[in-house]
Parts: sequence; structure tokens; C-alpha cells
Amino acid sequence: MSSVESKGGPADIALVSAMRLGSEDALAQLYDRYSPVVYSVALRVLGDTGAAEDLLQEVFLQLWRNPGLFDSSRGNLGPWLAVIARNRAIDVLRKRRPETDITDVVVSVERDMAGEADRTRMMEKVRGLLGTMPSLQRSALEMAYFEGLSHTEISAKTGEPLGTIKTRIRTGLLALRKAFET
Amino acid sequence: MSTHEQIADDLPLYALGALQGEERLALERHIDECPACRRELEALRGDMALLALSTAGPKPPARARTRLLEAVAREHRKASDRKPQPRWLPLPWLAAAALTLVVVTLSIQNSGLRRQVVALERATANRQAELQRAREIVSTLTASDAMHVTLVASKTPPQPQGKAIYVRDRSSLIFLASNMPAAPPQKAYELWLIPTSGAPIPAGMFKPDAHGSATVVNPPLPSGVEAKAFAITVEPEAGSSAPTMPIVMLGAGE
Repeated sequence: MSSVESKGGPADIALVSAMRLGSEDALAQLYDRYSPVVYSVALRVLGDTGAAEDLLQEVFLQLWRNPGLFDSSRGNLGPWLAVIARNRAIDVLRKRRPETDITDVVVSVERDMAGEADRTRMMEKVRGLLGTMPSLQRSALEMAYFEGLSHTEISAKTGEPLGTIKTRIRTGLLALRKAFET
Repeated sequence: MSTHEQIADDLPLYALGALQGEERLALERHIDECPACRRELEALRGDMALLALSTAGPKPPARARTRLLEAVAREHRKASDRKPQPRWLPLPWLAAAALTLVVVTLSIQNSGLRRQVVALERATANRQAELQRAREIVSTLTASDAMHVTLVASKTPPQPQGKAIYVRDRSSLIFLASNMPAAPPQKAYELWLIPTSGAPIPAGMFKPDAHGSATVVNPPLPSGVEAKAFAITVEPEAGSSAPTMPIVMLGAGE
């Protein structure tokens, strides 16, 4: 759904189009809509408010300079920004150059994250699911996602076989998807 | 286990950036050729976005917003002030003398160039004015505090109304709707471009806001299609590739 009129304001695609034409107001509206997601994921990964603020600035400046990086025909802006922010935060945490070309990052998710109430509902659902996940599976998923550890590193840290770690990460992600399909 | 299955097994690790070296390269080669794995990778990134939401809570401080908007405003100013800067290279004296000769020759052409510069400046100023006007139009259309008013003959109750403005050569479409009833649960409206020949083309999804207003601005469209009419149907939220009857609104070009 690329052109949906969001609750409480113009659709993301309309704001991105306005931003392409240089509207600072459109960027401000997108920032107000998505900065809490970008900031909170950056803060969780980096554990430092200053570094999270820098990353927030970097992600939105990048969107401002190159609105074409986000292809609205291939997904929603909210999930895309969340994934870009997480990946960039991991790069910063691990002190490495950006691993993936940002234009290659296509995020397929039909759910709209534009409304704050929607985000809160989704957040509660994800937290609920993580809470009921077996603890070893949850920690493997969180180590991969929030610490950027490879399956080899997780395996070395936990002393569990590589294949087990792979399966835990995979089933953990798929469980999230399944919870939102029903 | 086939190569495809082995690789598909590694997709979650790749999505998380946890795959390195040869395994990573092998996977990248495979997804270039395998649409099913590409779709799965995109879906896995969707799952990752959900995980990002679990962190929601802390809000960025107000200064972060100010800092961003100041940086953007600075870039804006710099872009409009930017002029080409001369680049001087260290040259030996002999080359400098030759350069002087060139400068003398060039100065003869100077007045002609100056005339061209004046013409270019005028063209740039015109383009700036056009751009400014386009910005104003788009910002009015998309402003969150815009007042949407539909005028109808007096004593007529407000009717659902859509207005599509389409420029074929630019494949540019702006659609504004008003007084639209809310879409049914799990459904959204889909706008269709009906070409003079061939099947209807999807031209964007929309859901009206609380006041029944909606906009679709420049949805992805194939280039240069001649439109006979525009139509609206009710479709699943993800959109459809062909319209589901009935057509709820229809308008033909004049």
C-alpha cells in the first residue's frame, strides 16, 4: 500500500513527493511520524543517547538528500526506516562500513506504521510474543538483531551448535511473521 | 537438501547481516537469480521491522528535531548559494606565461560569454520560480492542516467526489477525493487508470481520513498511457492487479 492516506496527516508517499520538491515541512512531518522508531532502535543497539541522536540525524538527512533511496512502490516507509536504522546502528556498533547498499534494501510489509496507535498495538503484540518465546530462542534472536552477532559468534558465546543457533534465529523471525498473519 | 533449500535456510542470517565471506557471496549470487528467495528476503526484513518496534518507548529529545531541521535548512541555503569555484593548479612560470596568452584570447570572447551568462541566469530564475510554485502547490495539497472544502449547489447534501488530474506525457497523476465513506475493514479504495485500449492500470491505494478526504500523488504508472477514464473500486488493503466489481466511482476525460 504505497499511497494510503494515513491517519492524522497526509500519506507517506505524498510527503516523500513533497520532500523531493524540497519541502522541509514534509520532512518535518515524516520525522515526527517515524523518529521515535528510528531513535528507539538506535538507542537499544548503541546504548548511548548521543550516538542514537547522531544516527537519527544521519538516517533522516540521508532520506532528505536522496528521497529516491526509498522506493514507495515496493513497501512502506516506516518498516523501511526501522530496518535501515537497525542495520546502520549495527554498523556503528561494530565499527564497520555500511554493509548493504541502502538502495538494495526492500522491505516487504503491508502493515502501515504511520499511526502512533497502530505502532503501539504492534509493539505490544511483538513484546507479548517475545515474552512467550523460549528464552534460548529469544536470546539468540536478540543477540543477532540487537548486537549484530553472527551465528558463529553466538555459537561460540553460548556453546551451542551452529545449526541450532541458525534454527533458533529463523524460527524466531518466522514466529513474529506468523503472529501478524492471524 | 538442494542448493536452493540450503541457501534459503541462510536467508534470515543474511537479512540480519550475520552472514560473512563465501557464504554471503554465494547467497547474493543466488538471490540475483531466484525471485522466490528475493521475496522471502523482503518478507524477512518486514519481520525485522516488527522486531524494531519492540524497542518503542524512548522518544528523541526536542533538540534532535531542531538539529535536523537546521541542518536541512543550511543545506537548502548552501545549494541555492552554490556557485562554481575556480580551481587553481600550481603551474610553473612558463606554463603561467602560456596561460596568460590564453586568458588574453579568452577575454576577446568574454563579452559573448557574458551575454550567455545573462540568458542562463534568466532561465535559472524562471526555473526557480516554477519550482517554487510547484513546491507551494504540493505543500498546499499535502499540508496536515489544509482545510478541504467541496462546494456544491445549495441544498444538495455533500456527495463523494474524486478529482483526477493526469498529465500523460509526464505520467503524472494527482488525485483528490472528498466526502468519501470509510473503506470497509481490511479494505481500501484503489484508483484505476482506464486506458483507451487494454486492461485497467492500478493507480494507487487510498483510505479517506476522518473527514472523508484523501490524496494520491504521483503513483507509479507506466509512461505515456492515454487515459480514457479513471475509476475507483474497493479492494483488499494490499491492492489488486485487476479491479474487483463493482466500480464505486467513475469519471471519463473531457
